[in-house]
Amino acid sequence: MKKGCTEMKGTSIKAIIFAFATLCSSGIAFAGPDLGAAEQQATNWHAIIMFMIFVGFTLFITKWAAKQTQSTQDFYTAGGGISGFQNGLAIAGDYMSAASFLGISALVFSSGFDGLLYSLGFMVGWPIVLFLVAERLRNLGKYNLSDVVSFRLEEKPVRTLAAVSSLVVVAFYLIAQMVGAGQLIKLLFGLNYNIAVVIVGLLMMAYVMFGGMLATTWVQIIKAVMLLSGATFMAFMVMKAVGFSFSNMFNQAIGVYSQAHNMSLDEAAKIMGPGKLAANPIDALSLGLALMFGTAGLPHILMRFFTVKDAKEARKSVVVATGFIGYFYLLTFIIGFGAILFVANNPQFLDVAKAAMTGKLELIGGNNMAAVHLSDAVGGDLFMGFISAVAFATILAVVAGLTLSGASAISHDLYANVFKKGKTTPQSELRMSKIATLGLAIFAMVLGILFEKQNVAFMVGLAFSVACCANFPVLVLSMFWKGLTTRGAVIGGVVGLVGAVSLIILSKAVWVDTLGISETAPNPFNGPALFAMPLSFLCCWFFSVTDKTARAEKERKAFDAQFVRSQTGIGISGASDH
Amino acid sequence: MDDSQVDRILHNPKFQEMVSKKRTLSWTLTAIMLFIYVGFMLLVGYNKEFLASSFSGGITTWGMPLGLGIIVLSFLLCGVYSYIANTKLDQLNEEALKEVEAITHEKGMH
Repeated sequence: MKKGCTEMKGTSIKAIIFAFATLCSSGIAFAGPDLGAAEQQATNWHAIIMFMIFVGFTLFITKWAAKQTQSTQDFYTAGGGISGFQNGLAIAGDYMSAASFLGISALVFSSGFDGLLYSLGFMVGWPIVLFLVAERLRNLGKYNLSDVVSFRLEEKPVRTLAAVSSLVVVAFYLIAQMVGAGQLIKLLFGLNYNIAVVIVGLLMMAYVMFGGMLATTWVQIIKAVMLLSGATFMAFMVMKAVGFSFSNMFNQAIGVYSQAHNMSLDEAAKIMGPGKLAANPIDALSLGLALMFGTAGLPHILMRFFTVKDAKEARKSVVVATGFIGYFYLLTFIIGFGAILFVANNPQFLDVAKAAMTGKLELIGGNNMAAVHLSDAVGGDLFMGFISAVAFATILAVVAGLTLSGASAISHDLYANVFKKGKTTPQSELRMSKIATLGLAIFAMVLGILFEKQNVAFMVGLAFSVACCANFPVLVLSMFWKGLTTRGAVIGGVVGLVGAVSLIILSKAVWVDTLGISETAPNPFNGPALFAMPLSFLCCWFFSVTDKTARAEKERKAFDAQFVRSQTGIGISGASDH
Repeated sequence: MDDSQVDRILHNPKFQEMVSKKRTLSWTLTAIMLFIYVGFMLLVGYNKEFLASSFSGGITTWGMPLGLGIIVLSFLLCGVYSYIANTKLDQLNEEALKEVEAITHEKGMH
């Protein structure tokens, strides 16, 4: 693949991949707006064959899972029969997307310490999920986050709100992943963009529709194991080359960096400290908050807690997941520095023509390919094929999880509980969830193709912002604060949702860079979390305490029973359907 | 679960002990995590020079061990929580539930 290109427009998928990393902060300098310019590569047969093996194996698992997926419970939560360890691995799989693998290692490759800042934000959300959310969530809910927030509040408005904001998160995230998948596959496999999007769409539909949560979980576990082993091997080879000494690695990296970027050693040593990423303190804090609390509001992650049998297993899943995710981020850090050592000075991986134009260091296929080139440098063609296949598998697994949680919002929340007011049969709900899966898959494929040339960085920003500004406050207050009423939850949730979305639209990344409405943005800050999240909390509080209706009184009274259940799990859903 | 049962569980001393211990544990750990992370992000925002200064005279800067340390610490805090919850809190919870069940059962006999 690396020989097949002469004129790469490298920044192309950069925006996409950094999209995930960019999160709420859509305006960060490197998230350049030009997407869709990734040039098709020569067909990479090693990667394609290895990917076919993965697909064959996972489809086999789907066939097995389909036999066991009979009820809605099976479909949404794999019958609650996943063990804590398996679920932890699957959560880690959900979290270690291709974007964080390629994006963070690329960020370390190009600016050192700043890459570490991102991993940190992703990491610190997990202890919060464990301490405040995981156990109560498992004890209160059945299938998804809407179950929990509507536990003692009025079903119709609260469940609708939770379903809508979950769907918003899922939709933005899904589109960004689809466009990212198409671009990445075009680069790694040399496949046509549209074909790549359709392949991803069809496979994810097959996993979810036939295999439900059981198949999705196993796809996630297999991919997590593949990704962790591949990354471990790469990090090991890098550490071996520097004699297992970090200061050795840093020293050599600065040397290579200064040559490759044509700068003095002193200048190059700046990669050892914070750079441009968090230029102003407000953005740094806002980004930190969004990363930290957004995690605790992502519907496809929260849904995973219902696949285990009780709160104790949910607790275990988070500890296992946090361990694997932390390990993974340490690996990406080493891989990023390894890429400086092995890739930055190797003419085989450099795009000289492009570098002559931009005057910067440019890698073939864009700087996000740092980890992929490193895999070639340390493991040869075959290993690079493996890493490419892992990147594809990763996207597939993440979109499957997203689709499943979107389907549950449509069939379980909107259809069964809001539209049919709970008067539906499990069979018709299950049928509806399959129709929803089909619909979401088509939606994702069509938008994936339509958005090929669009900047989708802000969409992932929206997804995380909505998760942290709309889902998180309502979820936490409903579980912890007796005083929350339906009115408070609905107004607070809507304010968080609308506030986050409008602050992002008014920020530089969308207002100036994407929409091109004016030269300066009305909102000078990049991340909305620092403002919209407290505002949402405030509205939840204010409109709850001023709520004097009889309904509000009843809802406050119902807190005691909810509290006991959230602590003890008494009455937690068994194996039956409704 | 009816109201009287809820009431009995809420007033059970063991349940109360478990709840208050769990509350202290989760909020303390949350506060530690927030304090460290927000403190670190404030350093990133306001004192970049410190993070870019040498850690022990060599090339490694303060930012590196601190940053990598926070990743490791997140996992350790999860471990601490899980250890205490598994060894102490779950047991208290079980005992409380048993006591309440016994009372419910007795009342049913009369």
